Amino acid sequence: MQKSLKARDNELAATNRQLEILEGGLFAEGELPYFKDKINKIGHFPLRPKKLEILQINVGYMCNQVCEHCHVDAGPDRKEIMTRDTMKQCLEVIKNTGAHTLDLTGGAPEMNPDFRWFVEEAAKAGIKDFIVRSNLTIIRANKKYYDLPDFFKKHNVHVISSMPHYTRGKTDKQRGDGVFDKSIKALQELNARGYGMPGSDLRLDLVYNPSGAYLPGDQMAMEKDFKKALDQDFGIQFHNLFAITNLPIARFLDYLIASENYEDYMYALVEAYNPAAVANVMCTNTISISWDGWLYDCDFNQMLDLKVASKVKHIKDYNEDVLNDRNIIISQHCYGCTAGAGSSCQGTVA
Amino acid sequence: MANSYYDPADLRKFGKITEWSEELGTKFFDYYGKVFEEGALSAREKSLIALAVSHVVKCPYCIDAYTKDGLQKGITKEEMMEAVHAGAAIESGATLVHGVQMMNKYNKLSM
Repeated sequence: MQKSLKARDNELAATNRQLEILEGGLFAEGELPYFKDKINKIGHFPLRPKKLEILQINVGYMCNQVCEHCHVDAGPDRKEIMTRDTMKQCLEVIKNTGAHTLDLTGGAPEMNPDFRWFVEEAAKAGIKDFIVRSNLTIIRANKKYYDLPDFFKKHNVHVISSMPHYTRGKTDKQRGDGVFDKSIKALQELNARGYGMPGSDLRLDLVYNPSGAYLPGDQMAMEKDFKKALDQDFGIQFHNLFAITNLPIARFLDYLIASENYEDYMYALVEAYNPAAVANVMCTNTISISWDGWLYDCDFNQMLDLKVASKVKHIKDYNEDVLNDRNIIISQHCYGCTAGAGSSCQGTVA
Repeated sequence: MANSYYDPADLRKFGKITEWSEELGTKFFDYYGKVFEEGALSAREKSLIALAVSHVVKCPYCIDAYTKDGLQKGITKEEMMEAVHAGAAIESGATLVHGVQMMNKYNKLSM
C-alpha cells in the first residue's frame, strides 16, 4: 500500500510549498488570472460568509485506504486523531449552533476510537441532517466494523460514501485493489437495512470524484449512469450522486505534477470558471473543524492549514456571530469549487 | 511560430477563430454547442460518436478533446476503443466497398 505524502517526506506534505505552487507559475506569470481577481470582477471579493448551515468536523486523518487523489493525504500512517476532550468542545458547539447539518469526515471517521461515543452524543442534539462520510470499505475492513450499518441506522445517520465509478477497474485504480468489491458488499449491507431504498428516510448518497486529471461530467447524467449500472449489475440502490471536482492540493496536486498534467488542469479549471457558482460555494455556509479543534473556511483550507481570518480561530473560543463576520481565505485551489456547475461536499452548487 | 503543424496548446485557442470572423465563428460555436446537448441521443452517446469521427478524420485536437470528454462522462476505455473500431471499420469498409467497382470494371473489360 502506498504511504501518505507526510510519511514519504514528500515536499508537498508542507502546506506552504503547496501554496507557493498555487500562487506561482501560470498565475504569477500572468498566463492565468488569480481567483481573487476573477471574483472581484463580479463583486464577490472579499468573499464573505452567508448564514451558517453546515458544521463539518474532521475527526482524524487516519484511514484504511490511501486513495491517489486524497486531498487530506489520509492513510493508515496518519496519527492525527480528535480526542474525546476536543469532541466534548465540539458537542457544546453542536448543541448551540444555528447550523442544520452536522457533517463528520476524516480520514475514515469510524477509525477514531471515540467515534461511536461522539455519534451517540451528537445525535442527542437533534440536528436535522447528521452526515457521516464513510468510505464503505471500512465497513468490511474488520469484524469490529461489521455492525456499522446497524449503528448508523440506530442513530438515523445520513451516509455519504465515495464511489469513483460503477466499474471495478476505475474504482480500484483510484482507491486500491479490492476496494470495488468491498464497496459493493458494504452498499448491499446498507441497502439491506433500508439505506438508499426508494422512499426510505435512511439517506444514502454517493460521491463521485474523477479518477484522473479531468473535471467531472454532468452530475445528473452521471447519477443516471451510476443508478442503472449498480442496479443492473448488483441490485444496489442509492439516493443521489454528488459529482465533486478534485482540487489541486495534497496527493492530487502531487499526481498532477508527477504526471505533467498540472498546467493543463489549471487551465481547465479556469476555463470552466462559472461566476454563477461563486455565490454558493460551500465556504460561504460551512465551518470546518480540524481534529485538533482549529477552525477553517472549508476542509480544503484545513488541509492547506489556512485558518479562518477571525479573532475566533479555535473551537475553545467558538462564537458563531464573530466567526460569521470574516473574510474567507482564498487561493487558486478555489477554482475547483467554481468550475462548471460548481462543486462542494454536497455536489454541484450552480 | 511553432516548429510543427500541431501544437496541443492551440486547442485552448480554438475560440479565437471568432476574432477574425465574429458572425461565422459565433454561429459555428452556437451550433456546435447545441449539437452536443442531450437530445434524442444522450450527450454520452454523442461523445462516443465524436470520438470515433475524430479518429476517422485524424484530428489530434479532437482525439484529445473527446478522450477527455469521455472520461468526464464516465465512459470506460473499453467503450472508447469499441467506438474507435466502429470508426475504423467504416473507414476500411469504405475502401473495400470500392473493390466492387474494381470487380465490375475488371469483369467488363475481361472476355
